Amino acid sequence: MAEVKLFGCWYSRFSWRVEMALKLKGVEYEFIDEDLSNKSPLLLKYNPIHKKVPVLLHNGKPIAESSVIIEYIDETWEGPSILPQDPYERAMARFWVKFIDEKCGVAMWKAFSSPGEEGEKAIEEAAQLLKYLEEEIKGKKFFGGENIGLVDISANFIGYWFGIIQKIVGLELLTKEKYPNLCEWIDGYINHSFIKDNLPPKDKMTEAFKAYARPGY
Amino acid sequence: MFGMRVRVALAEKGIEYERREDNLANKSQFLLEMNPIHKKVPVLIHNKKPICESLIIVQYIEEVWKDKSPLLPSDPYQRAQARFWGDFIDKKVYESGTKIWTTKGEELEKAKKDFIESLKLLEGELGDEPYFGGEEFGYLDVALITFYSWFHAYETIGDFSIEQHCPKLMEWVKRCMERESVSKSLGDPHKICDFVLMLRKKYGIDQ
Repeated sequence: MAEVKLFGCWYSRFSWRVEMALKLKGVEYEFIDEDLSNKSPLLLKYNPIHKKVPVLLHNGKPIAESSVIIEYIDETWEGPSILPQDPYERAMARFWVKFIDEKCGVAMWKAFSSPGEEGEKAIEEAAQLLKYLEEEIKGKKFFGGENIGLVDISANFIGYWFGIIQKIVGLELLTKEKYPNLCEWIDGYINHSFIKDNLPPKDKMTEAFKAYARPGY
Repeated sequence: MFGMRVRVALAEKGIEYERREDNLANKSQFLLEMNPIHKKVPVLIHNKKPICESLIIVQYIEEVWKDKSPLLPSDPYQRAQARFWGDFIDKKVYESGTKIWTTKGEELEKAKKDFIESLKLLEGELGDEPYFGGEEFGYLDVALITFYSWFHAYETIGDFSIEQHCPKLMEWVKRCMERESVSKSLGDPHKICDFVLMLRKKYGIDQ
């Protein structure tokens, strides 16, 4: 039995982050690709509360919630640090991940998937929220500084996913004109030696996400 | 309940601090500068640097003052469990609790059901230990105990008894309230209830 298993989905932005964390640390793991429309009994057993991917299974013990899993990985295995060392920098990294997941990412997802007024409002909200990230990345190569860190890995939705899905619905929210610094970060991100070989293929992603796009696009 | 968490954590560590109350209906310029993105309390300012989001602040306090009264376990798996449940409280308990005092009728009944279910899950997680942290009061105890100050408001509006559904949890509450760090940091449940009832009236929720 493999010591480390990851229940995920190849196109899930949350399980991808955990894979990147494991790969950064050089941890060997077995990836169990879940069909999100038909979740396996094992997944439901290991994450009975949220019933979601990703779930990490280490020595038979399950851990759920991507940011919790990533901190666990950082604390358990040797290798490059994912979170900064300094407590203040760590707090800032956690803050930005929470902002991306609970505010910015939510609005961006709704902008892509919600019909009518809800979608329109979400577009406006996302446009405002992205400005904070635009400001935060100014003058920096990556959110983590000289190299990628927790925030960069967790900003994968902005770094790669959204560019693909906004095209599906003909949305021009995240553009070079509106967010030059953020788009420069995106270029560096998708061409980063570690990231680029691990990104799910664009055409497959486009197909997979059509199912979630707002109706009538 | 979020600002209270920081006060409990600081008190547990014996850290002295200056406290500034903000008027949430009319937020100060200072608060808006310190937390421009969310514009919310609590904000901890340490050596002139602001930190926002209550559980992020609690973890910061834990990491800076790591030699005093540790709040998180040393084992990475147990730390992960504490963080998981802290996140659960922020999402499920807070969401359903908020819906109790901001809705009525069917929505309110559903919120009550969800709220009780969430507390029951937490009660299960507590098991037979004195605290969520095991023998010692810890991170997860800090994360949940401050909600106790809102229980009376939820019970009054929802017309139910939390003790009836979660007796073991209420024993845990009593145990926590014996700690000065907790009893001195929590808001007055009756004041909170009055405040919330006033808001319900103001926004015509009961009509």
